[in-house]
Amino acid sequence: MTWGLILDIFKTYWPMFLRGAGMTLFISVIGTVVGTIIGLLIGTIRTIPTPDRGPNKILLKLVNYILTAYVEFFRGTPMIVQASVIYYGAPLFLGIDMDRIFAALFIVSINTGAYIAEIVRGGIISVDKGQFEAAHAIGMNHVKTMLHVVLPQVIRNILPAVGNEFVVNIKDTSVLNVISVTELFFQSKSIAGNNFRYFETYFITSIIYLIMTITVTRILRILERKLDGPDNFTVIPGNQMQVQKPEDAVKRRDALKQ
Amino acid sequence: MGNVIEVQHLKKSFGSNEILKDIDFSVKKGEVVCIIGPSGSGKSTLLRCINLLEKPSGGSIIYNGQNILDHKHNIYDYRTKLGMVFQQFNLFNNHDVLSNCVVGQTKVLKRSVKEAEEVAMKYLNVVGMSQYIKAKPRQLSGGMKQRVAIARALSMEPDVMLFDEPTSALDPEMVGEVLSVMKKLAKSGLTMLVVTHEMQFAKEVSDRVVFMDQGVIVEEGTPEQIFDNPKQERTKEFLSRVAR
Repeated sequence: MTWGLILDIFKTYWPMFLRGAGMTLFISVIGTVVGTIIGLLIGTIRTIPTPDRGPNKILLKLVNYILTAYVEFFRGTPMIVQASVIYYGAPLFLGIDMDRIFAALFIVSINTGAYIAEIVRGGIISVDKGQFEAAHAIGMNHVKTMLHVVLPQVIRNILPAVGNEFVVNIKDTSVLNVISVTELFFQSKSIAGNNFRYFETYFITSIIYLIMTITVTRILRILERKLDGPDNFTVIPGNQMQVQKPEDAVKRRDALKQ
Repeated sequence: MGNVIEVQHLKKSFGSNEILKDIDFSVKKGEVVCIIGPSGSGKSTLLRCINLLEKPSGGSIIYNGQNILDHKHNIYDYRTKLGMVFQQFNLFNNHDVLSNCVVGQTKVLKRSVKEAEEVAMKYLNVVGMSQYIKAKPRQLSGGMKQRVAIARALSMEPDVMLFDEPTSALDPEMVGEVLSVMKKLAKSGLTMLVVTHEMQFAKEVSDRVVFMDQGVIVEEGTPEQIFDNPKQERTKEFLSRVAR
């Protein structure tokens, strides 16, 4: 009887499932957060207005080339390959023996960063040009404009896309089993290898993935609403010399006509 | 009194399209100058060149005796001395009304939050918007937004206020409330440079009127000279068309 079996497997192996799920969630949370920060940084650098002349112009161009190469490489190759190349390549070429968990965090972060850099670029383009001009007009430089005016609006606008990226990360960390990170899929493989009940084990795994992704989507929706703020505002009475009433406006308009 | 801003031989082209051709022009301290003229005459471009939102192609802009088009000059400091009011208001969407007037003071002028809020409230009172400090821009009407935008610019306590067609995007009903705020400011002795299509306003408020057409200043003088006794044919033609 399959249902009974599934329950049995869960009862026996739940600590392993739980540890795997914990690791998956840990890697995808850190990866998404760091990736978003990378993406915002790249977006800010890429929108620096080009100076007319001087070494800064060349420097900026060079940096932009490097950033483009980074984005193209990590978007254009599968994460499973990136993980293998970086994890096994690091000791060969750089002499660094990476910790598995660190490697996992590193790979997911820079991979997500490449995607979010493009999302941020779209987000920045979609912010009204007037917002930049108004910020410049009160004396803000590029970094201040980005920090205090543009990026807060960008973050709100890209939140659904970042949420999407988060969900993708929860699922895609499963490819990190190639470098033996003990995330949920790796644990499930171990469990199934123990009890030879492949369907039942992976069925439980799929349910756990689903619970994680749905929870994350819901939390992000709440966050979005929080960022929007309340729909109404309080008028502070008696704070003002002239109260604007429709009658006043009419009076003023008439006064102006004369 | 001395010139606050002096524009000399200013040129601006977009590609092969010459928008401003050799503009010479100045604003004295305490003066209210209105720039009028048909659409596409370069009025707004002149204003945007003055605070460097557009980069002039040639000429110089003298502020406090220094040419700010020199590459050594810090344009960010210079811009804090000019308050800009836009046609489309351009309030910061992520800030509420008070914060719109505070953020520039704290982040650019490095004032304390307390001081900045006091200054902001002072000017929000002037424009009659201090009741609405908690509102977000999307919750306000056009006229309200523009009055907040004026308060935001005033909060930086600039030497000159630049108005780029401040009432052109407003419903007729709301034009009055913005113009009356601007009149109040003009009476208070603020130096103002106003690009406008409101001829009545220009006539009443300005010390000097500048008529521009096709990238040149055709005529300038007191409102009486320009409106009642224009010398140039082009000015007469324009005024007869806008006077209803």
